[in-house]
Amino acid sequence: MKAICFYFQIHQPFRLKHYRFFDIGNDHYYYDDFADDDIITRIAQRSYLPANEMLLDMIRQNGKNFKVAFSISGTALEQLEQYVPEFIDSMKELADTGCVEFLSETYAHSLSSLYDPDEFVAQVKAHDKKIYQLFGQKPKVFRNTELIYDDDIASMVYAMGFKAAITADAKHVLGWRSPNFLYSSASAPKLKLMLKNGKLSDDISFRFSNPEWASYPLTADKYIHWIDELPQEEQLINLFMNYDTFGELQPRESGIFEFMKALPRFAAEKDIQFWTPSEVVSKFKPVAELAVPYPMSWTDAARDTSAWLGNTLQQEAVKKLYSIGERVRLCTDRRIKQDWNYLQASDHFFYMSTKHSDDGSVHSHYSPYDSPYTAFTNYMNVLSDFMIRVEEQYPASIDNEELNSLLLTIRNQEQEIEKLHREVEMMRNNIVKDTTGDFPIDEAPAPVEEEKPAPEPEKKPAPKKKVPAKKPAAKKAPAKKAEPKKPAAKKPAPKKPAAKKPAVKKAK
Amino acid sequence: MKALMFGWEFPPHILGGLGTASYGLTKGMWQNGDMDITFVIPKPWGDEPKDFANIIGANCTPVAWRDVNMDYVQSRIGNVMDPQFYFDLRNHIYGDFNYMSTNDLGCIEFSGRYPENLLEEINNYSIVAGVIARTVDCDVIHSHDWLTYPAGIHAKQVTGKPLVIHVHATDFDRSRGNVNPTVFSIEKDGMNNADHIITVSNLTRRTVIEKYGISPDKVTTVHNAVEPLNEELLNLEAPPGKTSKVITFLGRITMQKGPEYFVEAAAQVLHKVNNAQFVMAGSGDMMDKMIRLAAKRDIADRFHFTGFLKGKQVYEMLAASDVYIMPSVSEPFGISPLEAMQMGVPSIISKQSGCAEILDNVIKIDYWDTNAMADAIYSIIEYPAMYNELREQGLAEVNQITWDKAGAKVINIYRNLINR
Repeated sequence: MKAICFYFQIHQPFRLKHYRFFDIGNDHYYYDDFADDDIITRIAQRSYLPANEMLLDMIRQNGKNFKVAFSISGTALEQLEQYVPEFIDSMKELADTGCVEFLSETYAHSLSSLYDPDEFVAQVKAHDKKIYQLFGQKPKVFRNTELIYDDDIASMVYAMGFKAAITADAKHVLGWRSPNFLYSSASAPKLKLMLKNGKLSDDISFRFSNPEWASYPLTADKYIHWIDELPQEEQLINLFMNYDTFGELQPRESGIFEFMKALPRFAAEKDIQFWTPSEVVSKFKPVAELAVPYPMSWTDAARDTSAWLGNTLQQEAVKKLYSIGERVRLCTDRRIKQDWNYLQASDHFFYMSTKHSDDGSVHSHYSPYDSPYTAFTNYMNVLSDFMIRVEEQYPASIDNEELNSLLLTIRNQEQEIEKLHREVEMMRNNIVKDTTGDFPIDEAPAPVEEEKPAPEPEKKPAPKKKVPAKKPAAKKAPAKKAEPKKPAAKKPAPKKPAAKKPAVKKAK
Repeated sequence: MKALMFGWEFPPHILGGLGTASYGLTKGMWQNGDMDITFVIPKPWGDEPKDFANIIGANCTPVAWRDVNMDYVQSRIGNVMDPQFYFDLRNHIYGDFNYMSTNDLGCIEFSGRYPENLLEEINNYSIVAGVIARTVDCDVIHSHDWLTYPAGIHAKQVTGKPLVIHVHATDFDRSRGNVNPTVFSIEKDGMNNADHIITVSNLTRRTVIEKYGISPDKVTTVHNAVEPLNEELLNLEAPPGKTSKVITFLGRITMQKGPEYFVEAAAQVLHKVNNAQFVMAGSGDMMDKMIRLAAKRDIADRFHFTGFLKGKQVYEMLAASDVYIMPSVSEPFGISPLEAMQMGVPSIISKQSGCAEILDNVIKIDYWDTNAMADAIYSIIEYPAMYNELREQGLAEVNQITWDKAGAKVINIYRNLINR
């Protein structure tokens, strides 16, 4: 008995618009919405939607015997929600069959696992939350960006509670060993490892419609026969590929959809089953430990991280980006958080690769830029602006420790203020019960205003808006009954965090 | 294999890129071995390198018989040519050119430059070529640029050997489309009579095919290369007091080189960046206009004109530069960015330059796209990684572009012609 484990990757980055150095400090919107819309809609129409349709058919026809797994990045989900909502519906339908497993990964398809462990954990959590919200599943198996994996990552992944991780079959790591077994990590022995079968996966995703290929044309019969012919003890065949293999990399007219649909029938003849990663992990036992001291991935001929970090441009950009990671996590501004996510997408660094030959053509195929140098320039201009915005929130002149303690003080004060508010509220209610005169109302707004003057001078436009907004609320109150005041008086409390930030600036 | 080459310039007395390219190619072919090259120039000075090519001066070649003795010839032209060879040449005078103005040796004087009566010099040069072709034994004739095409054609008619012409530029490049009909007809005539045409870039190849109506199978591109720099030049350093970034344009300030786009890009960058200076090195008919333009854009305080630089000054300028820009509107090849890269200066070149076809580690822009030019400048001077990557990768790349590879291609073309 053998098992095939299919896993498909869906990822789309938020592409950057042409961002000139004149825009630094002036324009804080970075994205090429038109290109994103255009690309995701095209790929969805040509690939994702028909492929979903195909999977749904296959699952229905084969009962519960056909199963697959998906890994969809958070940024791709956002784009799909926005531009192709029907895809999300179709994915939900697939999820409801119970034959589809969703894998965990970083929200932004980022390289945070290599540079910023805190960010890595935060992103994985954010991604899993998104998956749960949309599809009602809590991912149990982890797959890092482009299957990047090493021992350090294994420890982090295990610490987050995952049972298994998916990674690539880099020759320099595997050596003579076959990817068709379940392995476990050397640094976290309880974490199981599933390795991509590179040859069989690429037969489908890259060579399927290539007439120059010796095995062209590939039929389901032939393909299952290859798997069946593998040594008896090699029971696990991991077929990992980009989802746009169906319809985009291999066009519809190549017969890729029919090939897939025919697979289960031939597989059944040879007693080959289809399992999800979770099933694999629970049914197989790892045969050996795999030590991976240096990161590997499934990209380029080198199967390492050189596709994103191979030259000084890429290294500089990544380092600059993660140098402000700690600061950004202190921020509460939603737009900064969002941009932070989008800027981390590994694609931006992929475009900066200066590799030539075969790898180079893959890089330039996906890149919206005409050269890696333009990609770098554009990215750095955007990043410069982003760093200015972070700096505006928390100046670099204050070190992180100091900032943390200040923020802690503020948070404590906030709680204190809230507590006092509640007291005021309570007392006021007591007074209202006793008398309905003007006296208690005059007193009520007082504590609110006491807190305000401090933040007001530094915070430029925002607090000014808020202060007048609150004051009338408090002043109008006297005319009305005391009760409506409650919400008016409570509101300032949650708003405080925003108004308080400037206090930090003053502190330096 | 014996080649008879006709050129107009040869180092160290050069006026433009033609001399450098002729020299580099000749040396590159010699490095491939088994090449015997005779190189004819209008006016040798005597200090040309002679170890890999036999230099003949057109102004030392008699076209009219003069009864002179060995000692006299030795005293007159001994510094540039073997006197015995003068007598060999004298034995092959093929007509009576006494009606022309000749000197005491029966030679026609040449300026070796680009004088007012250039067309007359070109004609005289081809008369002289007749004498040389009758004297020197060769397997193939090779003419460098349009000035020497008539000489090449003449030599071909005399010897019956195949003619290769080397197109270093066409008049379409020099004039932005407004071609001079006389020059065009000389070029066209040369191309029609040539057995094979070598162009310095695919850009020029297309021009030759499309504008001159030449059959594509007769035209081959052999990209130019660069000579390695010597230690002295490589060790030049930026002046110690330098605090700001220097962005340099180096070349003739003429329409072909697109200087106005450089000024416009400079204006954009300078309005955003404080510690940058722009330098326009060179001279030309558009210089005054550029000075006025810089003043009009209000950047004259940080935009400098050096005038014409020569020899070592060029490399001193490059050593002090952080960015090199060649925004040429139409550049058949453009060897100067390669020199900048050799000096470790990141380069920005126009896509309309022939050298853009072979360079990867430079920034390529459209010559008219001053926005992109300004973006690229800003990126190089603001982001150290960009500077370092371009500097190091550029250096590594340009060191691979050597003349012996170009020479081998030319020799291959010769072989195909001879064995045809």
